[in-house]
Amino acid sequence: MENRVVITGIGIYSCLGENLSEVKDSLYKGRSGIIYDAPRKDMGFRSALTGMVKDPDLKPFLTRRQRMGMHQPAMYAYMSTKEAVENAGLDIDQLSQSETGVIFGNDSTAGSIMETVDKLRVKNDTTLLGSGAIFQNMNCSVNMNISTIFKLKGINFTISAACASGSHSIGMGYLLIKQGLQERVICGGAQEINATAMGSFDGLSVFSDMEDNPTKASRPFDKDRNGLVPGGGAATLILESYESAVKRGAPILGELMGYGFSSNGDHLSNPNLDGQHRSLNMALKQANVKPSDIDYVSAHATSTPVGDSIEAQAIHDILGSKVGVSSTKSMTGHECWMAGASEVVYSMLMMENDFIAPNINFENPDEISAKINIIAETKEQKIDTFLSNSFGFGGTNSSLIVKKIK
Amino acid sequence: MASRDEIISTVKEFLSEEFEVDKSTIEPEANLQETLDLDSLDYVDLVVVIEENFGFKVTGEDFVGVVTFNDFYALVEKKLAEK
Repeated sequence: MENRVVITGIGIYSCLGENLSEVKDSLYKGRSGIIYDAPRKDMGFRSALTGMVKDPDLKPFLTRRQRMGMHQPAMYAYMSTKEAVENAGLDIDQLSQSETGVIFGNDSTAGSIMETVDKLRVKNDTTLLGSGAIFQNMNCSVNMNISTIFKLKGINFTISAACASGSHSIGMGYLLIKQGLQERVICGGAQEINATAMGSFDGLSVFSDMEDNPTKASRPFDKDRNGLVPGGGAATLILESYESAVKRGAPILGELMGYGFSSNGDHLSNPNLDGQHRSLNMALKQANVKPSDIDYVSAHATSTPVGDSIEAQAIHDILGSKVGVSSTKSMTGHECWMAGASEVVYSMLMMENDFIAPNINFENPDEISAKINIIAETKEQKIDTFLSNSFGFGGTNSSLIVKKIK
Repeated sequence: MASRDEIISTVKEFLSEEFEVDKSTIEPEANLQETLDLDSLDYVDLVVVIEENFGFKVTGEDFVGVVTFNDFYALVEKKLAEK
């Protein structure tokens, strides 16, 4: 028999706020977290715009040894996971004595690798790199740190799937619990904010260069959009079997109904309508819901001319023209490896508080975005079921459907 | 060359900061490993902070016989004299 999979805790550390309460407030008010980061210009960036989060001070929470292997992705993920664990009414003792795993989405550790290589070139001695570098530099850094700090005994690996990493991590956790292989899985996504991680992406000239007005630069679906803005932080969700959640009297924030995925098998960076169609259709089929059952679509839309158009067309083709759609990337920028998880957390906050967060800066539609119902101003609305899209380089697509449990 | 007192002062400063222990726990006859709560990974960081503060690199062999902080100060003195 297959298990029902529910979400019992969420946590967030993003440019919209350092906890759920601050982020909910920013989402409701349509507040942008994007700034102009001048040092990027000195490094040769075409665009110095970015979402910004500060490095958290973990000294009050963790020992020196626990902190040594952490760089930005793990540091941010600790903050969001700490909040999610508390939100789920769990503690380390309970986690260590249960079948709890962790699958986190992360696809780079460029900042720490750069620091390590710089030091090696100066010192010419590997011992002098210190004990933390290897644990910071490996792509599974988040998983290593979270699993040891929270004393997890279940599944433990990292999902690297470009800008769909966070979404696929939730999908994989969902499948493991559904099949009865895990009681609980901590899922999420992390994205380092440092400039080093984004230089090569900026080099593709796909970032918005509206540097005079940072909060206006990310404008998904708008006719005058001219590129994305990078962002970062971390988001965590506690996925659990319905039976386990009920047994321990946990808060049930929503039920994960479906996980659709596909690969384009096409271009390295260009999106593909057929791939998105297949991901959306698979999610609907898995969830056993009709397109008209979806109350809100959290779009992947990053504010690039081509990407947003293809997604608008895909949403129109599969879900129709009535469902409310917004891209929170208009406020956060593109949170890349984290986005698929953070956008589910943002949508959970909307569902819990009966509103749709605005797709800020959507002032004029283009020919294709005019076909769908983009929510440009905060809308008070009950959400029973939402769908969250994530699409990544290499043509990896993921769509998740979450429903409120009444 | 630095005097023993100068060495002790410098060592107390950087070890208490790096390993987050109270300076008062760094007593001459106290056990270095236990006081600083060192595991195998921490010894790598000990090598790093010694190099940063005194400019020489110690090896595992250098640490053979180093049990107390006094032993450690003697090692530092010896290494500084060899520089």
